[in-house]
Amino acid sequence: MRSDPGLYGYNPWPGRPKVTWPNGARVAFWVAPNIEFYELAPPPNPSRTPWGRPIPDVVAYSHRDYGNRAGHWRMMEVMDKHGVRGSISLSIALCDHHPEIIEACAARNWEFFSHGIYNTRYCYGMDEAQERAIIQDSIDTVMRATGQRIDGWLAPALTHTERTMDLLADMGLAYTCDLFGDDQPQPVKVAKGRFVSVPYSLEMNDVIVYNSNNITPRRYADILKANFDRLYEEGAENGTVMCIPLHAFLVGQPHRIAGLDEALAYITAHKDVWVTTGREIARWYLDHHYDAAVAHIDAVEAKQARLRARLPNHRAGG
Amino acid sequence: MALPDDYLKYPMRRYGMDHDRYDWSILLRRKPVVWPGGARVALWVVPTLEFFPLDQPAKPFKAPGGMVTPYPDLRHYTLRDYGNRVGVWRVFQALDDLGLKASVAFNSKVAERYPLLLQAVVQRGWEVVAGGVDMGRLHFGGMDEAAERAQIAECLSVLRALSGQPVTGWLSPAKSQSERTPDLLAEAGVRYMCDWINDDMPFPFRTASGPLTAMPHTLELDDQTIIFGYKHSEEDFVEQVVDAFDTLYAEAETQGGRILCLSIHPWVSGQPHRIAALEAALAHIARHKGVWSATGSEILAEWERQQG
Repeated sequence: MRSDPGLYGYNPWPGRPKVTWPNGARVAFWVAPNIEFYELAPPPNPSRTPWGRPIPDVVAYSHRDYGNRAGHWRMMEVMDKHGVRGSISLSIALCDHHPEIIEACAARNWEFFSHGIYNTRYCYGMDEAQERAIIQDSIDTVMRATGQRIDGWLAPALTHTERTMDLLADMGLAYTCDLFGDDQPQPVKVAKGRFVSVPYSLEMNDVIVYNSNNITPRRYADILKANFDRLYEEGAENGTVMCIPLHAFLVGQPHRIAGLDEALAYITAHKDVWVTTGREIARWYLDHHYDAAVAHIDAVEAKQARLRARLPNHRAGG
Repeated sequence: MALPDDYLKYPMRRYGMDHDRYDWSILLRRKPVVWPGGARVALWVVPTLEFFPLDQPAKPFKAPGGMVTPYPDLRHYTLRDYGNRVGVWRVFQALDDLGLKASVAFNSKVAERYPLLLQAVVQRGWEVVAGGVDMGRLHFGGMDEAAERAQIAECLSVLRALSGQPVTGWLSPAKSQSERTPDLLAEAGVRYMCDWINDDMPFPFRTASGPLTAMPHTLELDDQTIIFGYKHSEEDFVEQVVDAFDTLYAEAETQGGRILCLSIHPWVSGQPHRIAALEAALAHIARHKGVWSATGSEILAEWERQQG
């Protein structure tokens, strides 16, 4: 095990090269609905038990199923109302289970990226061939179902291995949603190729908001607005990214949908907001800002190395 | 060591669900339902009356709201018993004041211990729903089939004998089921169950003993979930019930009749400082035209009549 994931260098906010977005937008705003399939009786994984209660965990399973039967359609209608295209964090097997959802999203020109095969199959303990197999399955299945080649990844149930990012880049993906340390896209150090992280947020994620932080639906709208306000203000100096990750089984409930409606109305009423998708943010950043960021981060690291050299018993390479 | 190869095999990866209990179905694509009198929303209030035994077992898990301290936990035992002694009468009064009906889910131990409480429900003409034996007698994956059959029989026989009603609705303690619960319920003459939370409307459920209907009993809008679980304020509880009702009421205009289920625990909502929240939420709903106050059995009968 490592003490540092080794995926990115320190890049303090002051002094960063300026990030600009299309048409002078201050904030790149994207919404990422997680469209997930959880299995009733998944196989065991040595590192994580899928359900809290003995199988069948009827409450936990049926709660997630609500999202696909009812919540998704309510959430999609609100997104349509505000002209927001979704970037779908997709349990890939859902293409087989519920093609009607895939068709409805594809017809809206929403983006699909992979969130693993099922949200009850974890990457913990996979060898390289197994991890490559689920990435390939993701690429092939989404291509077959939608004609899109996936560019992004959010690990199933946020389960990773040390080699995940290297494999994603090697197999031609462009971005990950798994790194939460920034308000801008960042270069990710991978064995081969150019690969970036796009800010996806756990702080704005409805699962965390509702189930971990016990926030009420209307208060969630206030938090989303406050998050947007500050990123919009700061985005005038250096472009920022705001993401709202959603789960229809939560936000698509009748008592919660009004809060989302309120927040999306507020955000999309602002000028200078680029309402976009994860792929478009990653592509723009790779095309316009990636090289400058890598050079800047290298320069920061060189400066830090000079400071570290003042330490007694300093070893080169620190 | 790598995971076994089976970990990447998906035998149930296919169209529809990963089991055969019910069909995949999109709410918005179903035939709209029309409630009696053209009502938009059926209001289904389900007070749940629970007995948390002082010696509640910890295995397979403790139902939320149960004993916490080392034995004997008089504190939580009496806090829960408060609901059946005092709180429930405030809840009934709130419903009576607005002329609303309820389907009252009883642990059979509550009915056995407090038959006067059951009588108060029967005399109002409300429905008695089976709520399992008590909060220490869960249904859970891997439980013995004969033991579960006996547990269901105990609950239903007590409630049927004391109420004189057929008692055809079922809510498992903590909404927990075994692999066989739906089969055993249908076998025992239950017609609808309230444990699954995947829909806003009833849907057909397959069992080894014939058909059963899953009714959209709520967990998300439950007072225990919101106030006891999430620790939201009473005002926040009202706001969420109002938002849920307003959403369903608006949707019903184009999508057909909808159901608002309120799951009420008198040990939560029947407290003196909380009952006004329930009263306010009910008042908001009751002042709308097109609200049909109904029991679970009445909603089921109307829904069934319009299927097929």
